[in-house]
Amino acid sequence: MNLLVCVKQVPDTAEIRIDPKTNTLIRSGVPSIVNPFDSYAMEMAARLKDAVPGSRIVVLSMGPEQAKAALKQCLAVGADKAYLISDRAFGGSDTLATSYILSRAIVRVEELEGKFDLIFCGKQAIDGDTAQVGPEIAEHLDYPQVTCAVGLSVEGDTAKVKREAEDDFELLGVKMPCVITVTKLPYEPRYPTVRTKLAANKAEIPTLTSADLTIDLSRVGLKGSPTKVKKTYTAPQKSGGVRIQEESGTDAGKKLFESLCETCAI
Amino acid sequence: MEAKTKDLWVLVETDQNGGAKNVGLELLNPGRRLAEGQQGKLVAVVIGSRVDEAVKAAQAHGADQIIVVDGPEFARYTTDAYTDTLYALVEKYGPTTLLIGATGNGRDLAPRLSCRLKTGLTADCTGLDIDEQSGNVAWTRPAFGGNLMATILCPDHRPQIGTVRPGVFKKKEPDGSRSAEVIREEIHIPEERLRTRVLDVISELSKELVDLEGAEIIVSGGRGVGGPEGFRTIRELADALGATVGASRAAVDSGWISRSHQVGQSGKTVGPKLYIAAGISGAIQHLVGMNSSDVVVAVNKDPDAPIFGVADYGVVGDLFQVLPALTESVKKRKGLS
Repeated sequence: MNLLVCVKQVPDTAEIRIDPKTNTLIRSGVPSIVNPFDSYAMEMAARLKDAVPGSRIVVLSMGPEQAKAALKQCLAVGADKAYLISDRAFGGSDTLATSYILSRAIVRVEELEGKFDLIFCGKQAIDGDTAQVGPEIAEHLDYPQVTCAVGLSVEGDTAKVKREAEDDFELLGVKMPCVITVTKLPYEPRYPTVRTKLAANKAEIPTLTSADLTIDLSRVGLKGSPTKVKKTYTAPQKSGGVRIQEESGTDAGKKLFESLCETCAI
Repeated sequence: MEAKTKDLWVLVETDQNGGAKNVGLELLNPGRRLAEGQQGKLVAVVIGSRVDEAVKAAQAHGADQIIVVDGPEFARYTTDAYTDTLYALVEKYGPTTLLIGATGNGRDLAPRLSCRLKTGLTADCTGLDIDEQSGNVAWTRPAFGGNLMATILCPDHRPQIGTVRPGVFKKKEPDGSRSAEVIREEIHIPEERLRTRVLDVISELSKELVDLEGAEIIVSGGRGVGGPEGFRTIRELADALGATVGASRAAVDSGWISRSHQVGQSGKTVGPKLYIAAGISGAIQHLVGMNSSDVVVAVNKDPDAPIFGVADYGVVGDLFQVLPALTESVKKRKGLS
C-alpha cells in the first residue's frame, strides 16, 4: 500500500511558561518536537506497513527548514521518503489556507510517488489545537474522512477504522483513498534504533516551494486566510481568595465547611 | 458566499433518541446575545431522526425559528450526510453566523463544511462577543495548551463559523410557553453519497458515563491523591455532597481513574457551582477547563501551588485530613436536617 503521513513540528507546549513580568509566552529554550498526535498517526501507518508487505510510507510537512528535523524523526521510525513544503508566501496561513497548500502538495507528491491509498494526520496539533487541517485536506481532495481514529485494518479497497466517538466507539467502513486523523492510541509509538537514526540523518529531503506546485497564490498566506487574529493575551487570574491554614488538616476541613455554609456554596 | 440574512444559526445536535444534546441548547444562550448584536433572528438547525423532542427543546430554550431535517439516514452522525445537508441549508438561507458544538462530531463536521463554503472557522471557542469596531463575531479560544488566549475575526467571508466548547455557556431555564416558527426541509442523501458506513458501535465498560458538564458540584483529585486508593477519599466527599468526581490529567495519565473523569484542556470543560480541587497543583491545562466555576476550593500541601491563584478558598494542608473532616461535617449536617 502507498501511505502518506502529514506531520507538523510544534513547540512542546507542556514546557511553555508565562513570563510573570511581561505576561507573555516564553518561547526561547522550548524544545521542538513532532506533534504527539502525528507520532501516533506515524505509528498507525508503520503498523499497517508491517502488516501489508510491499507497503511504503511517505511523510510530508509544511514549515521552515528546521522542520526537516521532525521529518528525520519520522524517517527513523518507518517512513521511507520525506518532503518539506516551505515558502515564505505560505507564512501566516490559517487552517483553510494551510490545508489548501497541503492538498496541492499531495497532488504534486503523488505525481512523484504514485497515488496514496491512505492519508494520515494527527487529530490536532498541540500548539493550535484546531483539529481542522485533516478534515479540510479531505474536503479539498474530495476524499472521505474518519477523525479520532484509534484502530485500523484494511480489507480489499475498504479501510475499517475504529473511531472514538462521544460516548462510545464506532467501527466505520470507508472506501480508500481516504483521510484518517489519529488520536491517542492504546499503545506508544516505536523508538528509533541507532541504525535507523543514522540512516535518517543521511536521507535527502527535497523541499517543495510554491514554484513546484500548481497553486492559486491568492488562496495562501495571510491574504488568503479568511480568519484573522485580532489579539492574543494570557488568561487573566482570579485574585484575592481566602486562605485557610490551621494547626491541623482536620481543623482546616471544619473551617472550610463553615466558610462554604456561610456563602451557601453547599 | 454572501449572507442573505442577518440570522445566527445554532446547530442543535441530536442523540440516538431524537433528543437535543446539551451543547446545542447551551449555545442558544450566547446565540441570543450575538443574534441581537447582528440584528438577526436566532435560528436552531435540528438534524436527526424522529427529532420532535429536540425541536421542542430548541423552542423552549429560545430559538425564534427552527429548521428541521428529519430522516433515517441522520439517526447516527456521518460526515457526508451531515455536511451535504448543512451545506444545502446554508446555500439556501445564507445565515451570517453559525455556531456548532465542539463535540467529536461537531469538530468532524465544521471543518468539512467551512472548507466547502471557503469560509473561516474558529475551533473550540470559549468566548463569544461582537467586535465593536467591525460588527463581526469575536471568537475567543485557548491556544498553546491553554497558555495563550486568541481572539479571531472572520471579516470578509460568510457565514462566519465557530465550534464552541461544551460546558462553557449555561443553558437558559426552559420556557415551555414559547413558540417558534418551524420549517421542515425535505433533504435526502442518496445512498452512494455516504462514503463512510457505521459497521458497528462498540460500548466499552472503561468508557463509563460521567456527567461532568452538567454537574453542580465537582470534587477533583490530582497527583497529590497519590494512587487509585486515594480516590476513595475523593469519592467519599463527592458522595456526601452529591457531587461528580473529576480528575486532573496527571491522575488520569497515571492510570488512577478513567479518562472520562478528566477536567482540562484535553478533557472536559466544566462550570459547576462549586469546584473542589484536591491535590491538584493547577497546571494551566487544568485551569482552562474549570476556571468558569462559580466557587473554587483548592486543597494542597504546597502553599505556592498555582491552583491557589484561581481559588476562592485556598486550604493549605493535607487533603487526607482536610477532606475527611469536611465529609464528616457535611454528613453530620445531613443527619440533623
